[in-house]
Amino acid sequence: MNTSDLLVIGGGLVGASVALGAARSGLKVTVLDEDDVAFRASRGNFGLVWVQSKGFTLPDYARWSLASAQSWPELSAYLKERTGIDVELKQPGGLHLCLSQEEMDTRKERLQWLQDEVGPHYQFEMLDYDELRKRVPLVGPDVVGATYTPMDGHTNPLKLFRALYDAAGKEGVQFKTGCGTEDISYANGIFTVKAGGKVWQAPKLVLAAGLGNNKLAPKVGLYAPVEPNRGEVLISERLRPMLSYPTNFVRQTDEGTVQIGDSHEDVGFDDGTITSVLGGIAKRGIKCFPILANANLVRAWAALRVMSPDGYPIYQASESHPGAFVVTCHSGVTLAANHVMRIAPWIAGGAYPDAIREFKGDRFLNKNLVFTNGH
Amino acid sequence: MATNSLFRPLQGPSSTPARSVKIEFDGRALQVQEGVSVAAALLSAGVSRFRTSVVSETPRAPYCMMGVCFECLVEIDGQASRQSCLVQVRDGMKIQTQRGPRALTDGTEAGNE
Repeated sequence: MNTSDLLVIGGGLVGASVALGAARSGLKVTVLDEDDVAFRASRGNFGLVWVQSKGFTLPDYARWSLASAQSWPELSAYLKERTGIDVELKQPGGLHLCLSQEEMDTRKERLQWLQDEVGPHYQFEMLDYDELRKRVPLVGPDVVGATYTPMDGHTNPLKLFRALYDAAGKEGVQFKTGCGTEDISYANGIFTVKAGGKVWQAPKLVLAAGLGNNKLAPKVGLYAPVEPNRGEVLISERLRPMLSYPTNFVRQTDEGTVQIGDSHEDVGFDDGTITSVLGGIAKRGIKCFPILANANLVRAWAALRVMSPDGYPIYQASESHPGAFVVTCHSGVTLAANHVMRIAPWIAGGAYPDAIREFKGDRFLNKNLVFTNGH
Repeated sequence: MATNSLFRPLQGPSSTPARSVKIEFDGRALQVQEGVSVAAALLSAGVSRFRTSVVSETPRAPYCMMGVCFECLVEIDGQASRQSCLVQVRDGMKIQTQRGPRALTDGTEAGNE
């Protein structure tokens, strides 16, 4: 029998962040990670630490994202100090490139709404083409303009992942891979998880299994109706540093790689790539930055986003199974700082963060509401 | 450039010595085994520095030898950023060290921002 204070189901960015934070709060934590048959959203993402326009219709999500972005330098510094790994956090602000005037108008309306709701510190600028060119000279003539917000940035998500694992390991977290959850039961305040042919027990349990949460949550009286949404990206050869800001479609890493995204496809659990979709991504990337037409591409991949019906996270403690929690979201990179510093301490026994009261999974049980993705 | 290579071709079943071709690396003539990749040929000729990296311009050499890592980039017959582990040597081939990023447009290096 393997016993801990806390079992975390799911060894992605969300699970690793929660495990690290809980271990820092003094808990003995075991993470049960499925295997490479899992969909691994944490290995396929774009690496943005992004606030801009998130939470249109739900300002609490804008505040939550902004709070995490503001805590990111602290997380990054901690990881560097604890592990020696530089996760390449850069927060120069971010550009959302607009390819039509209509898009510019819509974004102005949304960002203004968000600023009115969140407060004057939610800053943004509308940049017309000439203004945009001053900041990003390589932008193409088909780009109408951009919105800029100073709170956005990006990181190297793979280095983040490695640093979280390394730091968590140093805090005593045990990572067990090849441990897809077969069964969860609950008796006398103890959760028993069958995974990887073994039995694991703890008085606390966090479901951080990404798309797997959909099926696991009801086993402990929770509700997490997340569905896959596919995104494909293209990766260029390493190029001379030429983009000072991350954008919604294109970003350049510290090593020079240009990452070009992305698609939003409703195709179930198919994480394959499609040439026509990749072609569309390439065309739009070239429209944004014509110089990319001559770049060699070295890789392409698809990954499945973990999307709730409204696109916002799900954080909830179970009432019927005290000690069980669900933590799931699409933005495991942006929200990593919040997960380490705010969600984990709550799970470890601290006060409920009032900032997450709108993110209970139960909201989706209200049959009178119709949800649209506001992520 | 080192002349003693760390690498030696394996001896095949036949005792007939492998045929060789003549290539040029950074202006220097090299006699290398026919049929091997450019990366293998340069390594067996003692070349240890294939390119400099794009951002920090530190020296680089082949790592995976199977097309994945993109560390072995060189310029081959005027074309930059070729993966030398995936290109077979040909008699008369002219190869050059890849220095930093290749130009994305004719005569203009990418990004002066």
